[in-house]
Amino acid sequence: MPLRSESEHAAVALDVRPEDRPGVTPFQTRVVHTSRFHDSAARHVSGTAAYIDDVREPVGTLHVVPGYARQAAKGRIVGLDLAAVKAFPGVVAVLTAANVPGHNDISPSGFHDDPLLAETEIRFHGQPVFAVVAETREAARRAARLGRVDVEAETPIVTVDQAIASDRPDILPSYAFVRGDAEAAIAAAEPEAVVEGSILIGGQEHFYLEGQISLAVPGEDGEMHVFASTQHPSEVQHLVAHVLGLPNARVTAEVRRMGGAFGGKESQASQWAALAALAAHVTGRPAKVRLDRDDDMAMTGKRHDFRVNYRARIDAEGRLEAVIHDQFARCGHSVDLSIGICDRAMFHADNAYYYPEVAINSRRLKTDTVSNTAFRGFGGPQGVLAAERLMDEIALRTGRDPFDVRLANLYGEGERDETPYGMKVQQNLGREMMLRLAETSEYRARAAAIDAFNANSPFLRKGIAITPVKFGISFTLTHLNQAGALVHVYTDGSVHLNHGGTEMGQGLYVKVAQVVAEVFGISLDMVHITATTTAKVPNTSPTAASSGTDLNGMAALLAAQAIRDRMASHLANVHGGVPPESVVFADDHVVVGNERMTFAAAAKSSHAGKVGLSSTGYYATPDLVWDRSVAKGRPFYYFAWGVSCSEVTVDTLTGETRVDRVDVLHDVGRSLNPAIDIGQIEGGFVQGMGWLTTEELVYDAEGRLRTHAPSTYKIPTATDVPADFRVELYESGGNAVDTVYRSKAVGEPPLMLPISVFSAIGRAVGSLKPGAPVPLDAPATPEAVRRAVKALVDRA
Amino acid sequence: MARDRIRFIRRGRTVEIRDLKPTETLLDYLRLREGAKGTKEGCNEGDCGACTVAIGRPHDGRMIYEPVNACIHLAGMADGAEVVTVEDLGTPENLHPIQEAMVQHHASQCGFCTPGFVMSLFALYQDGRPVDRQGLNEWLAGNLCRCTGYRPIADAALGVCGHGARDVFSAASAGKATALAALADDEDVILGGEERFFAAPASLSALLALYGRHPDAVIVAGATDVGLWITKALRDLPKVIWLGRVAELKRIEEAADSLIIGAGATYNAVEPFIDAVDADLAVLWRRIGSRQVRAAGTVGGNVANGSPIGDTPPALIALGAEVVLASAAGERTLPLEDFFIAYGKQDRRPGEIVARLVLPRLGEGDVYRAYKLAKRHDQDISAVMAAFRFRVADGRVAAARIAFGGMAATPKRAAAAERAVIGCRVGDLSAALAVAGVLAEDFAPIDDMRASAAYRLDAAGSLLVKALVEAGGEATTTTRVRGFREVADAASL
Repeated sequence: MPLRSESEHAAVALDVRPEDRPGVTPFQTRVVHTSRFHDSAARHVSGTAAYIDDVREPVGTLHVVPGYARQAAKGRIVGLDLAAVKAFPGVVAVLTAANVPGHNDISPSGFHDDPLLAETEIRFHGQPVFAVVAETREAARRAARLGRVDVEAETPIVTVDQAIASDRPDILPSYAFVRGDAEAAIAAAEPEAVVEGSILIGGQEHFYLEGQISLAVPGEDGEMHVFASTQHPSEVQHLVAHVLGLPNARVTAEVRRMGGAFGGKESQASQWAALAALAAHVTGRPAKVRLDRDDDMAMTGKRHDFRVNYRARIDAEGRLEAVIHDQFARCGHSVDLSIGICDRAMFHADNAYYYPEVAINSRRLKTDTVSNTAFRGFGGPQGVLAAERLMDEIALRTGRDPFDVRLANLYGEGERDETPYGMKVQQNLGREMMLRLAETSEYRARAAAIDAFNANSPFLRKGIAITPVKFGISFTLTHLNQAGALVHVYTDGSVHLNHGGTEMGQGLYVKVAQVVAEVFGISLDMVHITATTTAKVPNTSPTAASSGTDLNGMAALLAAQAIRDRMASHLANVHGGVPPESVVFADDHVVVGNERMTFAAAAKSSHAGKVGLSSTGYYATPDLVWDRSVAKGRPFYYFAWGVSCSEVTVDTLTGETRVDRVDVLHDVGRSLNPAIDIGQIEGGFVQGMGWLTTEELVYDAEGRLRTHAPSTYKIPTATDVPADFRVELYESGGNAVDTVYRSKAVGEPPLMLPISVFSAIGRAVGSLKPGAPVPLDAPATPEAVRRAVKALVDRA
Repeated sequence: MARDRIRFIRRGRTVEIRDLKPTETLLDYLRLREGAKGTKEGCNEGDCGACTVAIGRPHDGRMIYEPVNACIHLAGMADGAEVVTVEDLGTPENLHPIQEAMVQHHASQCGFCTPGFVMSLFALYQDGRPVDRQGLNEWLAGNLCRCTGYRPIADAALGVCGHGARDVFSAASAGKATALAALADDEDVILGGEERFFAAPASLSALLALYGRHPDAVIVAGATDVGLWITKALRDLPKVIWLGRVAELKRIEEAADSLIIGAGATYNAVEPFIDAVDADLAVLWRRIGSRQVRAAGTVGGNVANGSPIGDTPPALIALGAEVVLASAAGERTLPLEDFFIAYGKQDRRPGEIVARLVLPRLGEGDVYRAYKLAKRHDQDISAVMAAFRFRVADGRVAAARIAFGGMAATPKRAAAAERAVIGCRVGDLSAALAVAGVLAEDFAPIDDMRASAAYRLDAAGSLLVKALVEAGGEATTTTRVRGFREVADAASL
């Protein structure tokens, strides 16, 4: 069956006619702002999209499997017996820290606290101590289990609460955003004006379907070519060089696609790339590391779990006067990306609400567990969840509808609009989107119907909630907001596209290709997308922080425009000296004065005219100012907005829940590709819903992760998706700031939409005892929900 | 004369393999031997479905395709079948209708799970019967997607499945069935020698004779559990005997007062018969593992392995099922609850296999209820599995069989609770609440990653309450969030 080249995704097709609203791209677009298929869609469905494990292995490729102390989570290493490992048939080498020619360090943050292979101490259960290099993966796996690591075991500190209760120093200094004196304001308040509570927020395993993998191929003169499943090829390149003691220029990191990442391959793909490279260096043969799923889950970090204690002072209408959030984050044994993650939790402790007097306090706890890392939202979701919990508690206290409490506390426009970190909230869409969704979802009528249902239902209770999302877009480590691209036009009119962003399923490659096709006025299939490699675009930022399209799309736009402008000048000159601005690139053709030629002919002519048809593009986000030392500035270029309304049913006897209906309204500015954006929103919603409902990380007292496989760690399945799931893009006039074709980032913000599910579950439980706080922790597993039910009922 | 090779059809050709490791998985065969890399390894334990392939077998002159997890399916189990993988369906230039629908609906993002979804949907497409959203969700329970949120996959599937198959596979169905029928012999299959072998006996007598000689062999039915011993525990299983070619063990017999299930019958094969036993049992059946697991797995294996968290033993114990054990010396029959002696210890003698299960039918006045409580509705392992059979007379419980899983080291009856509910008025909430606490006399469950001991005991009481209330006629739409009996009843009309 032939594949149609254009989607006719009518449900999400946006109006692409020129519009005269301010901020809208003032010309007609043909390729951007239309739904296009993922560039690999036909290869995905036919099994011909190659992931690293599918690429034909070079002859002689060896297989590497890490080994660890199976019995211990913490303690000094006092003995290492690898004789049986070395003797196992098929084993070629066994690597330890002693084999590292450069630095035994893969820390992404410069803290030198992440050894490639543990040398003197075990710092979490599953920490690699040695690595087996064997002719087959099976031999390496079997041999790895034969290693004996003797450890003087100590009792590990595992949970957030254990770390808070201990006297162990934190892994990083505390940090705070402060305005006014919230402490004094709350202390001076009448008791009925004070709302306080605490929520425990669980972590989350990424569960990318393709596990961590790297293939290292040694070359001449110390060169190492590493194929890694990573969101951050430049960091892989630099850390491989660091471990091997090589200049960066000798190492190339390449990634065509990942089978999912979600933040889990931002910093934590490096270890496996470095291990493969070390094996290749030691043996002189290509070497591949592919972690078994259980090892992957035990050895790589997760979303930080948090405890957030909150206190607030409210007025009679439930409007906040002063707010204190004390955030406690489990960072694990090393720093990794915890500075940025914990900072972002603080940046989003306000979510969409104005806190007049405020203190956001953050502690970064050191535990004897795997180092927690980036995960879609990067700390933001934890901050937002606590903000929404506070709104629900205010509603319970005041007896007002939670939706009205939220409306009352939203950021204003022109007033009440300054965040706790001193940035004004611009293009504030919160109120209009909340009101619009309340109307289209028939929130008030359904809330009333639910109250009536609950009055007559002994076992099942329903709840409904609307929650907003305001998410700051930009890396808060400001210098990361830059990107590069490389575009070649060949004389047959085909275009080679490369940039620093990586494709993990989010559709970045096709979006950037759309941008380039748009600039040249050619059809999308003339743009050939190529694998991301540090050899073409150097010193790139990770594809993270939802920034992939904003940064790389703009860099590619600039590269393509540079070539187009050179072509236009040449053609204008050759064809009668018309003004270069009058040359039109459209419909695979170029029109110069009275001449109309194919784009290929234009390229050929330009080449004959000695016009360079290759260009780099470089982009850095403008106008960002962030002074961390005083916690003030404009860390974000803009905000993305979203609102969701969820209705749930809870079985109060067992704690089981069902999501009955979800309505979403989400702001992506002017969408580059509505179908791809809808996919990000729906997928982000379901992933966030998993975080808040079924996905529970359980560690035992010995610090071992017990939920280290999909048999015990439960991400949503098709049945968990709301039966009635309505997702709509908010049609704004486009981003108010100058992003690529006025689009907005979409990767992370939707993950926070399902906080309305969590809030609705709390409300359903709360119906058992109106007005009482609902002590529901996340995730709201059946056990957690039943515990909250019992807390209410037993108190009665 | 035994056959020393396995044979299956791959891309229209008969593949013969003699040098088979007893534990070689189908996934390793495909990826490492064939170099067919379209089929992915996501978890290597049969949970994520990225490795889903379709296994086709002839039935009434046509091919029936079922999805299985290649990662825990032994390659030897493909004997006599056609193995279909994602690359066989279509190319990017010439996609299969399933693949085309997935593209048109933007149903892939990272694409790693996608081949598995395509193959599950391929089996559904070939099945051809009408399917609704709930049926589709059940069908896809064994395929995890982390990117899309499933909606576009469901839209793609509902657009193209359920209208009968019209593709090259349906066109070639009769011819393939004939070719496979020609491959089907009644010879015992043994690859290897006395110390290491993969065996697939063709008859019960041959099976029992072989097992009698090699009581240290591992008996494999669907390998949905044993597969993990291989892929995760890295156990070396030198002697593997597969039941899949023993026709006697695949038999399912419907008698007036019982349903008899051969130990080699897969869950999927039993499914059409289970609705008639009870609606709750039917709902439970569809929550065991996933479509892929149920295509390979057997209730006989679930019983034989004796897991304390197996779903079927408590459900069948409460029903009053019996297990029939067979060896070269003959057969014996036990009440199912007596089969489970202690953790990991069943009443199975050397050389003896689970041959079949006998499920009694419910009588007049019998009320049956089964509840599976887990973190996730589909494809999860129970925190608590509870099953109840009440004989109700004059609005009160006159007799009771109550069994739980996840509450003790074995599936176990709740003796104290069975006594306490006698005389209890069904449908009376306060009466039910009054007896729920008695379960603490029956069980002292453990804390683990699935649930705490406290929750298990509390929830077990809740389920007893629920069963007693529902036994009074309360509609399950008011007592449950999913798995309504009314829906099953309506569907069966």
